[in-house]
Amino acid sequence: MKETKVTVKIPRPLYRKIQMVIEESGFSSPTDFIVFVLRDLVGEAELHLSKGKEEASASDLDAVKHKLKNLGYL
Amino acid sequence: MIAPHGGRLINRIVTGAERDRLIDAASSMPKIRLNARETADVDMIGNGAMSPLQGFMNQADYNAVLDQKRLASGLPWAIPIVLATKDGDDASKYEEGKDVALEDENGQLTAILHLESKWQADKTREAKAVLLTDEDAHPGVQYLNSIGDWYLGGRISVVNRIAYDKFNQYRLDPVDTRVLFDKKGWKTVVAFQTRNPIHRAHEYLTKCALEICDGLLIHPLVGETKSDDIPADTRVKCYEALMEKYYPADRVVMSVYPQAMRYAGPREAILHAIVRKNYGVTHFIVGRDHAGVGSYYGTYDAQNIFNEYEDGEMDITPLMFEHSFFCKETGGMASSKTSASDKEMRVFLSGTKVREMLTNGEVPPAEFTRPEVAKILIEAMQQKVEA
Repeated sequence: MKETKVTVKIPRPLYRKIQMVIEESGFSSPTDFIVFVLRDLVGEAELHLSKGKEEASASDLDAVKHKLKNLGYL
Repeated sequence: MIAPHGGRLINRIVTGAERDRLIDAASSMPKIRLNARETADVDMIGNGAMSPLQGFMNQADYNAVLDQKRLASGLPWAIPIVLATKDGDDASKYEEGKDVALEDENGQLTAILHLESKWQADKTREAKAVLLTDEDAHPGVQYLNSIGDWYLGGRISVVNRIAYDKFNQYRLDPVDTRVLFDKKGWKTVVAFQTRNPIHRAHEYLTKCALEICDGLLIHPLVGETKSDDIPADTRVKCYEALMEKYYPADRVVMSVYPQAMRYAGPREAILHAIVRKNYGVTHFIVGRDHAGVGSYYGTYDAQNIFNEYEDGEMDITPLMFEHSFFCKETGGMASSKTSASDKEMRVFLSGTKVREMLTNGEVPPAEFTRPEVAKILIEAMQQKVEA
């Protein structure tokens, strides 16, 4: 079976700091924390990539207003 | 406008080429047929109602929610939003790092789960933490016993919105309600939800709240409820009747809330408030035993739980009300906080008594229920008896 995870190396002092940061948090390991932070950052990056599309949302706004009008809310 | 929970409104609905690609790829993915609760959750994650969630919870969020009533990031959140394998499912076919096709109850592809986290559910631990009981009589425990033993977490991409067959004229996404409140010029909006029929006491709470807010969002829950709860169709009809005659049309709107009931009392009150914030609501009415069932929770537990969070963490303001009733002494609605009258001057009927009257075709006193509402409830009760 193909391995679904890869190993990434980080500086040991940083690892130790992460261990301290996650004490008494909901993260069960530094790996969990790192994966969480990276996913969030990647999500943000994806959001920026699609921002052009989102900012073109004047038409989306029109669509919302149209929907609200059709349903009798406006 | 109030900020969504976590700062931005999530949108996990994919369109265009990305949607086409995922739909094509779905045929070779392992599949899961969602139940009613999960289907509603997919819809509400997709449209941002459950921001900042971008999918079903992973194990870190799940553990933090159970242990701390927070997400792993520290944001308040009190109810696990999880996807379970189905009974008899071989969990090994779902591999972390791979995608899973999610089908609605009718077998239609609705979303893709980008599986990040898979773990074996400890249902007793979850029941005790979230529902505060593991007794089989609790509907939330019954639900846990009905699902598979593994949870699957990860972001989702919604490729097809759920096609609902009811209340479509009342289905607004958070982006819709936010635009609506803005267009109406409402800076403050209070939301009201009950899964019970609306009586004069509820009407009173909403009007008290409207005295201090610009607008009122009546937001009845229309997701899955217990079979002996008043059906959503009937409740919505009651609201329509009330809105037509007893509320100012320019200050009140109704939309439906698609989520399924968890019957988790205090923790669910937190969920209901946070989600309403995502809809652009600034105030949320929390009555007695909100989202409760049987005698599992104390009368004011769902109000007191808000004190477990620091000021400003929730952002949305809970409006907590005492038991209210019609007071014969003053000739108006009041609550145990504002009435000086004795018990015998207060018009109050127990739920059991009201059900009994309605089933027998008796109209409850006008001080308790508006006649238009009573008529709808009597018809519904009689139809149920005939069925």
